[in-house]
Amino acid sequence: MTFLEIHDVHKHYGDHHVLQGVTLEVARHEVVCLIGASGSGKSTLLRCINALEPIQQGEISVDGDVVSGQGVDVNRLRRNVGMVFQSYNLFPHMSVLRNVTLAPVKVGGVPKAEAEERALALLDRVGMRDKAHAYPDALSGGQQQRVAIVRALVSNPQVLLLDEITAALDPELVGDVLAIVRELAQDGLTMLLATHEMGFAREVASQVCFLHEGRILERGAPAQIFEDPHEERTRQFLSRVIASGRL
Amino acid sequence: MNDTLTGSARSAEGARATPTPPRPVLPVAVLALLVAVVCAGAAALALWSLHQMLGNPAAWVVALLAALAVTALLPVVPAVRAFGHARSRARLLAENRMAAARHEAATGREHAHTAMGYALAVLICAGLIWFATANDGAITETFLRWEFLKSSFADVLAAFVVNVEVAIGAQLLVLVVGLLVAVMRLLPGRAGRPLRWLAIAYVDTFRAIPSIIVLYLVGFGLKLAEVPVFRDLSPIWLAILALTLTYSAYVAEVYRAGIESIHPSQWAAARSLGLSYGMTLRTVIVPQAVRRIVPPLLNDFIGLQKDTALIGVMGVTDAFTQSRLTASNVFNLTPVIVVAVLFVIITIPQARFVDRLLTKEQSRTGRSS
Ligand SMILES: Nc1ncnc2c1ncn2[C@@H]1O[C@H](COP(=O)(O)OP(=O)(O)OP(=O)(O)O)[C@@H](O)[C@H]1O
Ligand SMILES: [Mg+2]
Repeated sequence: MTFLEIHDVHKHYGDHHVLQGVTLEVARHEVVCLIGASGSGKSTLLRCINALEPIQQGEISVDGDVVSGQGVDVNRLRRNVGMVFQSYNLFPHMSVLRNVTLAPVKVGGVPKAEAEERALALLDRVGMRDKAHAYPDALSGGQQQRVAIVRALVSNPQVLLLDEITAALDPELVGDVLAIVRELAQDGLTMLLATHEMGFAREVASQVCFLHEGRILERGAPAQIFEDPHEERTRQFLSRVIASGRL
Repeated sequence: MNDTLTGSARSAEGARATPTPPRPVLPVAVLALLVAVVCAGAAALALWSLHQMLGNPAAWVVALLAALAVTALLPVVPAVRAFGHARSRARLLAENRMAAARHEAATGREHAHTAMGYALAVLICAGLIWFATANDGAITETFLRWEFLKSSFADVLAAFVVNVEVAIGAQLLVLVVGLLVAVMRLLPGRAGRPLRWLAIAYVDTFRAIPSIIVLYLVGFGLKLAEVPVFRDLSPIWLAILALTLTYSAYVAEVYRAGIESIHPSQWAAARSLGLSYGMTLRTVIVPQAVRRIVPPLLNDFIGLQKDTALIGVMGVTDAFTQSRLTASNVFNLTPVIVVAVLFVIITIPQARFVDRLLTKEQSRTGRSS
């Protein structure tokens, strides 16, 4: 059953036509990886799904409910759709615990004690419980990203959008963060992730989409995309990635 | 991290190539000694003329002057040390011990520079003393007479309470009004446009009008026009109102700069968590912005404090008005100096308080610099 449906989405930044008709369906419990060159529109697509950017044409629906266009309660949408960013974007003036409990307490109306209990349980799961009272600037990049994942998860979103969440991390920290994502995938969380980690995409994805100049040029099972790409562009992209040692 | 990488790469390279020769020390040491001696001489002359002016000073004053003269000689010490390092440098260079010679050269040059820095400070102090003693002490007589200081202090201090009241009242209001104007100016969308324009018009107008004119117009205008509520306000409240009008315009711009300096990714993160525009502003953006703008905010607050010396134009007797009154009675400016010193005295603790606040904040959030 289709959970997230993206139909013919167009996005312009001024004259720049960034998304040129993207269509994509994501079923419940699916993990979809977006791959593609820098500037192909991966981040833009994820931001549009979360209504951080308005779209000019097309339709996006979550769980059968149209969430694009005017008059949508974006704040409610965002409680169902969590997002994790490449640059973590933790709030530097709040402790880890406050970062995580801010949304459930202020938006979800969860009592503070209850929210903290849940936050601590999740932090424990990613090995960050002892840092609950630290401030983000005192954490390593990998630790910050783990907190950011917990922050996105704490409100029980039905789908998680991950935008190159390991791209800013030192290589030895990437593994910790990917392990968490892998676990979430095993738990059956629906995820849409933009990534340059091809090995990881191949391992966790149920579907891989190759974005090129604002269009999904090719999509399919990871084995097909990585071993037998139909499109010449996909082949070129993958060979460049292999040359840079990422696959 | 990058710095250490490139740094070690460079020094590894340096070991292979011929080492750079040490920089010269002797010329700069000679210059430093010259400067130190000349400045000490100037200081001695200034102190001597101060001694003359005081006529027949007490023994402890003479001792103090002598101590100051000795202090003025201190920059000679590092200058002389620089010569020692210059000699070692030459010896090590002759022995072809490059690294050690470079080290000596650097130390020697630093001593020479230290000597010159301190000597120039001595020179400036000497100049000030000379200015105070010029014209046979007439300058000091005009600005600083002990008996007038004693007789005017109580009155001026009492009047200064008015300045402090107006300053604190206006500062509290400015904190709130400035933020409101800044938020108005940043309102998004078509609905926010009229409020944005109003905010811009307000800031443009009140930043441009000299505060003394605003004080004058508010002080007399509201009474003349019999504006309800305002005509019944005490002059002190009118002064607070006028200064709030002027300084909220400045502070709104400070707030705006602070809010705009927060990276858009903080907005994205907060909105993606389901926080509304207002809530994002309140819990994520403004708290971070406020931390950044504390130093420029203090600047504007000190400006506001100083402008309380202008409220005399609306008929309020503040410390400056009071001191001018006393000064014209005794034909001496000492009372005015008293006000000036009071302004300095109340400003310094605020500056230190802000410094402490920032340090504490940094150690709390773990930011290193
Ligand atoms: N706020 C913006 N204003 C104007 N142009 C933008 C903006 N954000 C992105 N773009 C443009 O949209 C295009 C797609 O950007 P996007 O960030 O989606 O790429 P990406 O696939 O995520 O790339 P990367 O792998 O480098 O993250 C780029 O050409 C970029 O310059
Ligand atoms: Mg991107």
